Amino acid sequence: MADSTIAFKGTKEQEAKLMEAIELHRSQPGPLMPVLQAAQDIYGYMPREVLEIISRQMQMSLSDIYGIVTFYSQFHLEPKGKHKIHICLGTACYVKGAGKILERFEKELGIKDGECTPDGNFSIDALRCVGACGLAPVMSVNDDVYGKVTEDQVPEILAKYKA
Amino acid sequence: MIESQSGSKSTNLSDTRFYKKQRRIALRLCGIIDPEQIDEYIGYDGYEALGRALTEMKPCDVIDILKKSGLRGRGGAGFPTGLKWEFAAKAAGEQKYVCCNADEGDPGAFMDRSILEGDPHSVIEAMTIAAYAIGADQGYIYVRAEYPLAVKRLEIAIGKAKEYGLLGENIFDSGFNFNLEIRLGAGAFVCGEETALMTSIEGNRGEPRPRPPFPAVKGLFKSPTVLNNVETYANIPQIIKNGPEWFASMGTETSKGTKVFALGGNVTNVGLVEVPMGTTLREIVDEIGGGVPGGKKFKAAQTGGPSGGCIPSKHFDVPIDYEQLAAIGSMMGSGGLIVMDEDSCMVDIAKYFLGFTVEESCGKCNPCRIGTKRLCEMLEKITSGKGEDDDIEKLESLCRHIMSSSLCALGQTAPNPVISTLTFFKDEYIAHIKDKKCPAGVCKDLLSYTINEKCIGCTICAKNCPADAITGAVKTMHKIDQSKCIKCNVCFEKCKFGAIDKG
Repeated sequence: MADSTIAFKGTKEQEAKLMEAIELHRSQPGPLMPVLQAAQDIYGYMPREVLEIISRQMQMSLSDIYGIVTFYSQFHLEPKGKHKIHICLGTACYVKGAGKILERFEKELGIKDGECTPDGNFSIDALRCVGACGLAPVMSVNDDVYGKVTEDQVPEILAKYKA
Repeated sequence: MIESQSGSKSTNLSDTRFYKKQRRIALRLCGIIDPEQIDEYIGYDGYEALGRALTEMKPCDVIDILKKSGLRGRGGAGFPTGLKWEFAAKAAGEQKYVCCNADEGDPGAFMDRSILEGDPHSVIEAMTIAAYAIGADQGYIYVRAEYPLAVKRLEIAIGKAKEYGLLGENIFDSGFNFNLEIRLGAGAFVCGEETALMTSIEGNRGEPRPRPPFPAVKGLFKSPTVLNNVETYANIPQIIKNGPEWFASMGTETSKGTKVFALGGNVTNVGLVEVPMGTTLREIVDEIGGGVPGGKKFKAAQTGGPSGGCIPSKHFDVPIDYEQLAAIGSMMGSGGLIVMDEDSCMVDIAKYFLGFTVEESCGKCNPCRIGTKRLCEMLEKITSGKGEDDDIEKLESLCRHIMSSSLCALGQTAPNPVISTLTFFKDEYIAHIKDKKCPAGVCKDLLSYTINEKCIGCTICAKNCPADAITGAVKTMHKIDQSKCIKCNVCFEKCKFGAIDKG
């Protein structure tokens, strides 16, 4: 695996938390997924250093763990922005113009789907249906959900998080 | 007093157009009870079915009731639930498992989320009944990580059920034990496939494996396992309580009971709709859904998510059940029902779904990994105006190969959106390939914008054009320079006089 261009800034506290999660799940059948999910919660992403800790502790090869991490879209090898923009591209949202909302965010921030702004402030990710099809098109910034979004609302929404 | 959008007034919610034709079994208590209060569920006869099963019935009696009821899997494939349980009950093995598939990945479907958030105990009760019927003592609910509220409510519900002695050791003093754990998905559509889901719970890449052996014989951790979908489980306590005849009295010859549809897209009333099997699309879209808003024309109803198809209005009076939907080239799937109006391009929709399958194909088998990618590229070629005369034939042939040789249902059904749109909307494909036009005005590369004689020269289009492609003096007809136009649609949206033509 390629090393990340972003320096790893994990703390001792985070590592202690990860060890705790590993101990908690170790004896369960199928422990790896809960451990990886805990690691992503603790660090916000899955840098090589974290995967190495898991590999040592769980006695699994790094390549096996890498294969599993890259299989699931919710695990990230690179950090996401401080404000995570998620745009639902489920069918209901798509037929109601979610594609245009995504394009507008990409244009306003100058980044593409899956990328993060150079200042680390915003990242954009398209999602496959958040199950809120009644509110289509739906998007969220961090934990704030916006329903029935129009293209014109995009700058307003961004302004709230730029301050 | 409730006033509907059409202006009619009712004193009772069930008299409104949206609810009149609905029959709520799986959604019985959603929105009625506080899902975080187990007492409210019990107040509506909750856990009565489990009590009766454990104290009055033998495991084989429970299976008999389910078989008689005619309940079939609501996850999409429609396998008879009672039969599945019987296979698992008869399978040899000390350790058996009960799993719930709550990895609702079909875009446009959200009934499982609503049941878990609105009535989680019905699923817990049904899984405990399943465990008793097949002889399992451990269960897992595999929930998509995109549904944090559902996870939270399930955690509360499991905790409360344990506290009340409805989960854990010696339930209802019957000597029967059952424990339940939640496992989170991590964003992989293929994990909704049963063997992939189990592989994921085991802590691996969620790749499907060939069947047989079926999970009922060799499933989770190589033990006999029953896996059902959330909506299937939500029906079960009611079937045990009211009897199989009651359930079988609803529906069609081959499909009994009700089905929840997630009605969405370009339709007036959106939301979850639970209707008896055999209800027609016309009743769902026009009567319950109130039709297409804004004076637009209906084009197609999409069912079955990325595995399903687009149904045109000529099939609107077909009674919906598993067989009928398959006969018209779609499938039940988990029940997403997206209404599309004249502004949707059917080739673009097929491309949208193939884009989805390309991303979500796990990569294990070649027909799906490479085939869907090639299919998507061909659609990309057609929508960008580079289609050639024999492309339709090539599409059809590739679709057949993918369907006949993929390992799991994801690949076997992935060509469905292409096949159904080719069957019902071939003229749109031909328009893209031969005339290099997109009739719905969606595919950008095939669009050209022109100004017609309705133009009064208000200059608003020229002022808003980001490419400075529009010229013309005030109060004279404007003109678009095609070499500069970037087809951004701004002029079309800004013009108040209908003076911009696109096509």
